[in-house]
Amino acid sequence: MRHVISILMENESGALSRVAGLFSARGYNIESLTVAPTDDPTLSRMTIVTTGTDRVVEQIIKQLNKLVSVAKLTDLTEVPFIEREIMLVKVRAVDSGREEIKRLCDIFRGKILDVTDVSYVVELTGDDHKLRAFLDAVGVDNVIEVARSGATGIARGDKSLKV
Amino acid sequence: MELSGGELLMEALKEEEVELIFGYPGGAVLHIYDALYQQNSVKHILVRHEQSATHAADGYARATGKPGVVLVTSGPGATNAVTGIATAFMDSVPMVVISGQVQSRFIGSDAFQEVDCVGITRPCVKHNFLVDSLENMADTIKQAFHVATTGRPGPVVIDIPKDFTTPGVTVPFNYPKTVEMRSYSPPTQGHPGQIRKAVDLILSAKQPMIYSGGGVVLGNASEQLRAFTRELGYPITQTLMGLGAYPASDKQNIGMLGMHGTYEANMGMHECDVLIAIGARFDDRVTGEVASFCPNAKIVHVDIDPASISKNVTVDVPIVGDVGLVLDAMLEQIKATEKRADPADIANWWSKIKAWQANKCLDFELSDTLIKPQAVVEALWRVTKGEAYITSDVGQHQMWAAQYYGFDEPNRWINSGGLGTMGFGLPAALGVALGKPDDVVACITGEASIQMCIQELSTCLQYNTPIKIINLNNRYMGMVRQWQEFSYEKRYSHSYMDALPDFVKLAESYGHVGMNIENPADVEGALEEAFALKDRLVFMNFVTDQSENVYPMIEAGKGHHEMRLNPARELA
Repeated sequence: MRHVISILMENESGALSRVAGLFSARGYNIESLTVAPTDDPTLSRMTIVTTGTDRVVEQIIKQLNKLVSVAKLTDLTEVPFIEREIMLVKVRAVDSGREEIKRLCDIFRGKILDVTDVSYVVELTGDDHKLRAFLDAVGVDNVIEVARSGATGIARGDKSLKV
Repeated sequence: MELSGGELLMEALKEEEVELIFGYPGGAVLHIYDALYQQNSVKHILVRHEQSATHAADGYARATGKPGVVLVTSGPGATNAVTGIATAFMDSVPMVVISGQVQSRFIGSDAFQEVDCVGITRPCVKHNFLVDSLENMADTIKQAFHVATTGRPGPVVIDIPKDFTTPGVTVPFNYPKTVEMRSYSPPTQGHPGQIRKAVDLILSAKQPMIYSGGGVVLGNASEQLRAFTRELGYPITQTLMGLGAYPASDKQNIGMLGMHGTYEANMGMHECDVLIAIGARFDDRVTGEVASFCPNAKIVHVDIDPASISKNVTVDVPIVGDVGLVLDAMLEQIKATEKRADPADIANWWSKIKAWQANKCLDFELSDTLIKPQAVVEALWRVTKGEAYITSDVGQHQMWAAQYYGFDEPNRWINSGGLGTMGFGLPAALGVALGKPDDVVACITGEASIQMCIQELSTCLQYNTPIKIINLNNRYMGMVRQWQEFSYEKRYSHSYMDALPDFVKLAESYGHVGMNIENPADVEGALEEAFALKDRLVFMNFVTDQSENVYPMIEAGKGHHEMRLNPARELA
């Protein structure tokens, strides 16, 4: 099953490699990993999307918690949560296709950031399903280049991940 | 007090009550060695190879309970130390390794003797630090000792760039009294609800088994384990790492379990209905094939490391906490209740166990002409009255030591159980001898293992450590040969030790006493003679039977009930 794990960790050099190293050393999957400092500059927030059986995910969470640099973590998938990812995609846009892509952008609430005679750069925000649905709608032949940020997430309601 | 980085390190070690450090100098730590030279509180032991520095610190830590401290230089100094760091990591030994690093402005430039020490050691340390400024060095050292010695202990590396130890560049020294790390808070007390559930289960058992491990030794909870086990009257089996926490000579002890465990312990594991795992981690050498592990048992698991719980085997009642505190709490609840397991059930269970014990799985055939390695260990036990500190290397001799030297006290049995590091025994014995100068220390080894760190004979002379080396020399990497015999149709691929040195002359050339023993009748007398030489290192080369195997054995993919017994015992 797919899990989205959010981690608060000390914002220090090497912290990212501790997490990445743990995943490679123990053979866990990483679908995506994002990291950036929080409002507290001494803390980074990392979001990892991983897949595994319940037993493996339980171990992943325990092993992450065991890292001395990790202050707190939560498995967002256990609660109602919001997941967002940003995607920049360069698509072929010629002839009648230009209008079609523009319409799809509107439907998916994307933004066109760059225009040339033959291409658009589209910015799209959403969860994994939405981003993939857009790519499917545009059609694989029209996609020139994709840059995805990886997912980040936050729990709904007043519960929060704080040190 | 204004101190340079080197001086600050020495003062910090003093504050941490470090008496001994094991190390080897080099370019990146020259400033530190200069500061070391100019003080008297910390004694430095100069090893002959950095791997030995870590093993010696490891042995010191396991025997004394204090953290082992190591000082090595950058580059090869650090990489040589890695094997010992990984050894300590796998066996959860508290250790602080200080490594020099090239000057901070050269980091990343492929400078002379530069290696990414923090990167290389990351997977085999509890935590590591690259010191980022002289100002933060004292805090970092304090944190390193705190992390290494609390919770589930482990090695911590502090990598110090050379420019932060420059003489004359100083900071005010204020060693922190306490540590605050928001991201690190090891557990202590177990959850009361879980403890209640566990006690309930323990007291309703019909065929209970206590399975205790190295966590009891590391957690200094041997007394609590004894009180708990005796109150219940249940059988107890101990892992390789846990030996001595409960006395081997006690009637409730049914021996070691696992790959080379006793018949009764492994059968008991297979048939128990409640398994009480205390400070043990369900290692693959203990469980055998997980699918057939304790098929009928409800499992209670006490461990300080939440990640150990349900890692290899799913358990029913996990309790995360300090093993001594949890045992105290469980014992208190047991004493407070009238409820007990049905005595008839327990008596019935013991009679089953006694029937398994009657198999005498550790008996072996003596010979008039060939020295049996097991007999040497038994004789060693008699000569040292079972009170010696025993280190071992890795292989058959390690298993025979565990099987035939009955440890009645914790911290006496010091071996590389997790990583299985050949070469561990001699430097570890050096560390033990320095930490326990008034006790008898022996290293049980083989002719293959001993050669991996044999240069430490020189260190042993320099510091006058009167270790007795029991070299069970069968001219084979015995355990490799045994597996090749069982699983590879006796194709003994590269397991033969050819061109061996004359160990007697070798010992003598290092300034020690060497003895060669080839006749079974001479074994005990030779041991008496060697141990009478109280202030000399004696290298005892026992020429042993080449064909001896370690029994019982659970082969790969087999369960506890599928042991291979000594062919001579099979009919019993």
